[in-house]
Amino acid sequence: MAQDTEHGEAAARTMVVDLVVAAIIFAFGALVVFASYQLGARWQEDGPQSGYFPFYVGLLICISGGVVLVQSLVKIKSDRAVFASIPQFKQVLIILIPSTFFVLGVQLIGIYVSAAAFIGLFMKFVGRYTWLRAAAVSIAVSVSSFVLFEVWFQIPLPKGPVEAFIGY
Amino acid sequence: MEEINALFHGFSVVLTPFNLMLMMIGIILGVIIGVLPGLGGANGVAILLPLTFTMPPTSAIIMLSCIYWGALFGGAITSILFNIPGEPWSVATTFDGYPMAQQGRAGEALTGAFTSSFVGALVAVIMFTFIAPLVARFALQFGPPEFFSVYLLTFCSFIGTGKGNPFKIVASMMLGFAMAAVRIDIVTGQLRLTFGLTQLLNGFDFLVAVIGLFGIGEILLSMEEGLSFSGQSARINPKIVLETWAKLPRYWATSVRACIIGCWMGIIPGGATPASFMSYGVARKVSRDGDKFGTGQLEGVVAPETAAHAAGTSALLPMITLGIPGSPTAAVLLGGLLIWGLQPGPLLFVEQKDFVWGLIASMYLGNIAGLVVVLTMVPIFAAILRIPFAIIAPVIVVICAIGAYTVHNSMFDLWLMVIYGAVGYVFKKLDYPLAPMVLALVLGDAAESSFRQAMLISQGDLRILFSNWLVGGITSLALFALFWPFIAKGIAWLRAEKAAG
Repeated sequence: MAQDTEHGEAAARTMVVDLVVAAIIFAFGALVVFASYQLGARWQEDGPQSGYFPFYVGLLICISGGVVLVQSLVKIKSDRAVFASIPQFKQVLIILIPSTFFVLGVQLIGIYVSAAAFIGLFMKFVGRYTWLRAAAVSIAVSVSSFVLFEVWFQIPLPKGPVEAFIGY
Repeated sequence: MEEINALFHGFSVVLTPFNLMLMMIGIILGVIIGVLPGLGGANGVAILLPLTFTMPPTSAIIMLSCIYWGALFGGAITSILFNIPGEPWSVATTFDGYPMAQQGRAGEALTGAFTSSFVGALVAVIMFTFIAPLVARFALQFGPPEFFSVYLLTFCSFIGTGKGNPFKIVASMMLGFAMAAVRIDIVTGQLRLTFGLTQLLNGFDFLVAVIGLFGIGEILLSMEEGLSFSGQSARINPKIVLETWAKLPRYWATSVRACIIGCWMGIIPGGATPASFMSYGVARKVSRDGDKFGTGQLEGVVAPETAAHAAGTSALLPMITLGIPGSPTAAVLLGGLLIWGLQPGPLLFVEQKDFVWGLIASMYLGNIAGLVVVLTMVPIFAAILRIPFAIIAPVIVVICAIGAYTVHNSMFDLWLMVIYGAVGYVFKKLDYPLAPMVLALVLGDAAESSFRQAMLISQGDLRILFSNWLVGGITSLALFALFWPFIAKGIAWLRAEKAAG
């Protein structure tokens, strides 16, 4: 893995990502502070108001995010470590993007059909398996989880038209 | 003697065919979970938790805790055969375990690892049996200020024992607290931090966070490193096992030290990983063969494995007695207790004797069963890792999705899982620790309410945290842990000054 990082072109540098993440954390903390303040972050007669605890939590998020931000600003010139090379970043997207579409599929047509499609297509196009093997594995996983959850444990998972067709 | 009686009662609870079956299923599932990339103890238990909703609580905790033991055993398999630590606390096992496997001594390394894991766990369980009731009895006297100070100690020790940037630890922890605060405030009935989104009314569930951060995040990391695993083959037969067992007594001193380090560090949160490193380091310093460590010494496998298992087991002690988990997996089990309708904390020992002693008895039996299972079935488990990643990766994403959905039957949680996955990947690469975030998310409400109650008692005076020796002592300890990184830096600086002058 170490060699990959040296050879591949950098998709992003660690310090840049560090800086961006710290800035997001700071902004998130500021949002929490603001929302808690609006809610009331003071001491009332009957005890602390709703925003009292989150207010200080938000404040600590801001402080720690801010410190990390400054730390990465200081090091941004000198520290040229690579967060992920372009091939590595592509690898991550190869699973992240299909997973996102899978979740979208679960919402639209239920989990069993989406799972079969997701596993099958991933095997075919990323693993370069034959259609037959991809179909066999993906349908086996889908059918066995259907039997496990819907039939044995009776835990309802999102279903779509195909499941409705066979009476579930 | 009271404990012995209670323990035998516990065995009578566990020894039913149904519970024994769950125990075996739990162990085998646990080892598989420990072996597979992207599934670890914490998210494995989180995914399977919904399956236990309808079981009696005692059976449920037996199965889930056995998954935990199984995952602890499984971590060693990947470390030794594939040089891939299945769990963070198996990292130290790779140092000597993988070289041993490369030299064709995989069977010896695995036997050594499993046996010493078993010894570590057994010592921790015995300690658990006698110490836990005492802690629980003691904790019955705790009021809100004492509990808040214990929470404070829990979170401060993350900073004290953490290796990375303390500000990143605080940031991760406080993000967890902020997410825990999102929901209807139970005291005032106001909506907090929901920003008008109805999906946020029930807040963020930590189970979804665990599945996303650890499960999806881990898959992304494994994908980045490439799709192929290359490992050594595992051959284990009775002869190798017996030969290794004959060698092990030589390392009794290492084992005793490792047990002490493990039990102590396990009670302190976030302990298993530092415990395994510390035990390895101490063994290297003290051992006669210390300079050979890293080249394939059996002792270098014994030390971290014993400590990691002892720590992993004793992490359940504060979870059961105080309701404060010592590790993410213990936190998930704590979430299970709440779902099964049990209130974690000292009263558990008084009100739910069957449950507590059933759990403790299952720790003894589960570890024995675990040792037998892993010793006999190693080649099968190792074969799982040879399944190509192009099949494993999407299947694990699907399993995670099922787990995340079943928590609340909510589509929103599935989307959250994907987001958590991306966050987990980025945080892991940037050295933001995930355990403090998960623990803060679990304990946020309880910590806040004990803080509120304490503040109500004192009318907003923070000095209540020093009002008697007990709460004052715990609070001081917490502050010491909080500022430890700075104190340590100061000491190092002073030493450097002395050396220079």
